[in-house]
Amino acid sequence: MIETGLRLMTGGEAVAEAMRQIDPDVVPVYPITPQTPIIQGFAKFVADGRARAELVNVESEHSAMSAAVGAALAGARTMTATSSQGLALMAEVVYIAAAMRAPIVMALGNRALSGPINIHCDHSDSMLIRDSGVVQLFAENAQEAYDLTVIATRLAEHPDVLLPVLVCQDGFTITHSAEPVTLLDDEAVTEFVGGYSLPHPVLDTARPTTQGPFAMPDYYFELRRSQTEALEAALAVFGELSAEYEELSGRGYGPLEAYRLEGAERAIVALGSSAGTIKDVVDDLRTDDERVGLLKVVSFRPFPAEEVAALLAEVSSVIVLDRADSPGGAAPLHAELAAALYGRGNELTGHVYGLGGRDLHPEDVRRIFAGEAERYVGLRGEPCPV
Amino acid sequence: MSRLKTLVRNEAGVPPLAGGHALCQGCGVPIVVRTVLNTFTQPVVVVNATGCLEVATTRFPATAWNVPWLHVAFENAAAVASGVESAQRALRRRHALPAAEEVAVVVFAGDGGTYDIGLQALSGALERGHRLLFVCYDNEAYMNTGIQRSGATPFGAATTTSPNGEVSFGKAQQRKDMTAIAVAHHVPYAAQATASHWHDLSRKVERASAADGAAFLNVLTDCPVGWGHEPRRSLEVLNAAVDSLFWPLYEVVDGRYRLTYQPEQVLPIEDWLRPQKRFAHLLRPEHADVLDEIQRRVDADWEDLLRKCQGGDST
Repeated sequence: MIETGLRLMTGGEAVAEAMRQIDPDVVPVYPITPQTPIIQGFAKFVADGRARAELVNVESEHSAMSAAVGAALAGARTMTATSSQGLALMAEVVYIAAAMRAPIVMALGNRALSGPINIHCDHSDSMLIRDSGVVQLFAENAQEAYDLTVIATRLAEHPDVLLPVLVCQDGFTITHSAEPVTLLDDEAVTEFVGGYSLPHPVLDTARPTTQGPFAMPDYYFELRRSQTEALEAALAVFGELSAEYEELSGRGYGPLEAYRLEGAERAIVALGSSAGTIKDVVDDLRTDDERVGLLKVVSFRPFPAEEVAALLAEVSSVIVLDRADSPGGAAPLHAELAAALYGRGNELTGHVYGLGGRDLHPEDVRRIFAGEAERYVGLRGEPCPV
Repeated sequence: MSRLKTLVRNEAGVPPLAGGHALCQGCGVPIVVRTVLNTFTQPVVVVNATGCLEVATTRFPATAWNVPWLHVAFENAAAVASGVESAQRALRRRHALPAAEEVAVVVFAGDGGTYDIGLQALSGALERGHRLLFVCYDNEAYMNTGIQRSGATPFGAATTTSPNGEVSFGKAQQRKDMTAIAVAHHVPYAAQATASHWHDLSRKVERASAADGAAFLNVLTDCPVGWGHEPRRSLEVLNAAVDSLFWPLYEVVDGRYRLTYQPEQVLPIEDWLRPQKRFAHLLRPEHADVLDEIQRRVDADWEDLLRKCQGGDST
């Protein structure tokens, strides 16, 4: 075999490898499709003595996140993973984890929320916890899922941040699809992530702390505001860490990826794996001298509104693709763009696509660029059988 | 008594739960907390479920706690404690904890956070066998939210969501046997105790903390507001619960039952019910059948417990 440094692996496998290299202390887990390959892969590493974590096989995702908060605040580097209903069940504790400033890294295999029950990708699970105060980074492919997981460890634990970080990868499209992935050396990851240290671990019995107290109208507002400031600070920290990671890996990241936006008249804004499909179509259309581009949002929370507006300043037509609906209101990414571009003169349109795992084909993207697509892309016209 | 001296010595002038908190006059909860925590000679971390104890002791920016204290939510205290215990295990393995001494992980939850909304997380933690002590301060209803019935509320008790009335005698269902549920998880130690029998409680904490695995203590704890008794009569009321056999004191060590207290004179169930307004309606003639039913159940449960203690089959 020719040593290329590339290995064929799924996004789930790549993230399990990242977890092995990060070598967290505690990993509470509960199975749910399509996240399960991640925890299975990691469990095997633990069983083989290749990772040292306490794997806690809890009885629900609610307890997974609860145990993660307990472990992280006790003073242990903590990771977990989930999808869809699992995240919905966790949601209560996700909010509290952010409020308690628990630096937990979570792999999210994005999957549509029930009902009807479905196992395939959309971003409705991420959007359910949009306002929880956690960082959400979206990967385009297995390589990004791996890289972002390594960066997320530092980001979550940064003293200016101390928040849960979710690394989101599209269910099945990334979690279960094998692609060439380059891993860093184990030692390089160890050195990059460094040791875990928390300013006030609960297990420090010599300096006892009260964590998770009751706050009434005289303090609740201030505590919430300080939490928001930490999330806002994560944007700059993510930028710094990405630059450091690029020196190590040669792969650059940032809150946004501008793809062929130079001179673009029309640009799509999107999250996740669809960016790959859109890039292909952009390349084709550019060959035909069509001035189109893509703005990929990596950091959905915190949302880099100013940078978005700057990158889209010269783009007359902005088209937002949402893989989640907000019934009765604007779809989540569309609403962000509307706020970021307000009063700046861009024409803004939006589409909802891919709910419950419906594919987005290159032809759909061409129709979207041509202004020929419906609001709900790929939705069949005929009524459902009852 | 030597045990009292031990508790005082362990407290070392710094109460784990200091005075000045906002728990009610006559509340049994702080007695339970202090008795439990002062029994430990090693450092402790307290994990608290949402409830009276949490609300009344940690109003930001003040705290009544002199030991590390962690609260996340209502239903998940056992899961949070599982995380703390796992963190300790992992960090010890990596020699990343400064103290050589093991830190005891102690959970306090009310009956809502144990019998009802907290049952799943508790069951998971007991099954996984984390080294922790889960203490339920069982005051038999949701007192923090205003005396609503729980799975621990006894048959016939009036609460704000199971009131007595023209066509109701109060709660129409029997309480869960939570201690038996814990025992069914094959835990190394489970016991029933009460705030009034502090010596018995302290000994049970000692045995529980020596157990290799998860231990469960179900501690009957009075609530003057919810039970409707005078605050100064707290311990008398609890004594009546024990002496009427409504709340027998026993322990289960590796599945073997043992009575830890045998009343010298068994009181009729009315002696337990009478001082409490929540049962006042049961003493009226029209509810004589309910009263009989309560006495029958107490007698049957006692017989069952004695059989278990003698190693016989339960009915």
